[in-house]
Amino acid sequence: MVTFLARRALLALLVTLTVLTISFALTRLSGDLAVSIAGPQATAQDVEIIRKAYGLDRPLLAQFFDWVGSAASGDLGRSYLYHEPAAKLIRERLPVTLTLGLTGLCIALLTAIPLGILAAMREGSLLDRAIMLIAVIGQAMPSFWLGLLLIIWVGLKLQLLPISGVDTWDGYILPGIVLAFSAIPALMRLTRSGMVDALASDYIRTARAKGLSRASIVLKHALRNAAMPVVAVAAVQLGFMLSGSIVIESVFSLHGVGYLGWESISKNDFPVVQAVVLFLAIVYICLTLLADLLNAVLDPRLRAA
Amino acid sequence: MSETLLDVQGLRVRFGGGTEAVRGVSLAVDRGETHCLVGESGCGKSVSALAVMTLLARGATRSAERMAFAGTDLLGLDERGMAKLRGNRMAMIFQEPMTSLNPAYTVGSQMAEVMRRHRGASRRAALDRAAALLGRVGITAPGMRLAQYPHQLSGGLRQRVMIAMALMCDPELLIADEPTTALDVTVQAQILRLLLELQRELGLAILLITHDLGIVARMAHRVSVMYAGQVVESAPAADLFAAPTHPYTRGLLDCVPAPGKVARGAQLGSIPGTVPRIPLGFTGCAFRDRCAQAMPECSGDIPAQTRIPGHRYLCRLPAGWPRDAAA
Repeated sequence: MVTFLARRALLALLVTLTVLTISFALTRLSGDLAVSIAGPQATAQDVEIIRKAYGLDRPLLAQFFDWVGSAASGDLGRSYLYHEPAAKLIRERLPVTLTLGLTGLCIALLTAIPLGILAAMREGSLLDRAIMLIAVIGQAMPSFWLGLLLIIWVGLKLQLLPISGVDTWDGYILPGIVLAFSAIPALMRLTRSGMVDALASDYIRTARAKGLSRASIVLKHALRNAAMPVVAVAAVQLGFMLSGSIVIESVFSLHGVGYLGWESISKNDFPVVQAVVLFLAIVYICLTLLADLLNAVLDPRLRAA
Repeated sequence: MSETLLDVQGLRVRFGGGTEAVRGVSLAVDRGETHCLVGESGCGKSVSALAVMTLLARGATRSAERMAFAGTDLLGLDERGMAKLRGNRMAMIFQEPMTSLNPAYTVGSQMAEVMRRHRGASRRAALDRAAALLGRVGITAPGMRLAQYPHQLSGGLRQRVMIAMALMCDPELLIADEPTTALDVTVQAQILRLLLELQRELGLAILLITHDLGIVARMAHRVSVMYAGQVVESAPAADLFAAPTHPYTRGLLDCVPAPGKVARGAQLGSIPGTVPRIPLGFTGCAFRDRCAQAMPECSGDIPAQTRIPGHRYLCRLPAGWPRDAAA
């Protein structure tokens, strides 16, 4: 178990370093940063002043190590746009993104897992096909469109839930549903296929031969073995929900980290872009690590590996 | 005569594609006896056993004239009623010890849950019983094994765990579906000896499914020989080996190398051809294409004959038909 964890942690560290390098390189590839910061009306002199002021005239390698060094101590640079530390901007927007992502994940898991189990238990039936149809529709439907539909029907016509802002907790429900909708198909299909395999396995025949209850056979013996791929994908989906909710955040006017990232990209606020990319990459890495850990808890065979 | 524990009459199992895997099997297992079900792969032995336990895969349909266990009509039981018997009064072990235990739970938790479910035993009491049974099936350091996961055990150990798990609630009937096929020869012998001892000790009835006549000779009180979904001959073990009557049974026995019986250098017997696929509505003897004694009447209805009381066979030939006359 310790070796397993150590190996995973080392891998995570290497991935973090790679992400650092790539995110730094990408912002430098998007054109002359001094020119875009100075704006279209700036003179060549202004640009030079800005280049000096932000240290952009120094060798790339020096800039890189500077940035990595300060990032390691928690300083992710200052925003040109807000004139505030990038780390503070992220911290302020994090609660919204985190609450939204977790709401979305909870809705997704609570829908996908029961439906996946049900489909597997009735494999080949009309119910199974209906559930899979929902999965296909979910996969095909663009989330902004679903978001607008929900705003029109649930928010405006029926007036059941607020359609923008998160002043109250129920403001998270509609965007949570929209976020969940994109994650449900994959999770549901994985649950279903995992359960179909598990239910056909020899150990399930043994469980039945032992006279165990249906609930114990399905939820204890089959689900535990079917859950591993679901856990791995759920972790990635949560990462996606935390980072990829830009569209949903703008449809529902929520100001989260995704929105911040989008805004800073479009305005060339590169310290914030770097900071957001780094932050989200670390979130992803932590989530993957967490998924590995959970899988090791679920499957004793992994702990020995 | 001892009391019949399991009584099956006219069992039929059909699969979705229109094949009939079991075609009117009748079996009776007495209390405390070992009844061996012998036959080639695919003849319907395992399917018959799974049908008795109501463990058939989805898509299979089962019917029977009668199926009773200790006086309880199994045909009238719903899934819940059947689950109360399974693992409790009738237990089953399988051919695949490597995959029959759940990889995600410890040996102890899988063993304990049987007793907790059927007897409402506490976790502690169930684990104590599990440890005692592991010791009984010859596993040393049972306390340590209880905390281990299946992947940490060898095939032989896993099959011992399966046997111990089957015994958790003191069942009256143990169905063992080729319990030693996946194990190497020395472990096979140990497992069979163990089953014999347990039977003597606990008065267990065993329905042992095998294709190995050596095992039958060591274990069986009564033997039923299956071919293409039917029991073609059924007799007390001694009687079957002394006077095999169905041509298939004789063919099977000829395939076994017996010291002293088969001359050195002489060729072992074999049965030509393979087991046919039996289409729905098939009539007559399924063995006729491979049988040296086949006659035109074999495609009609085949009478069940009695050689002596307790020894029945499904063939038109008279009981004492001479082996070499027709061949």
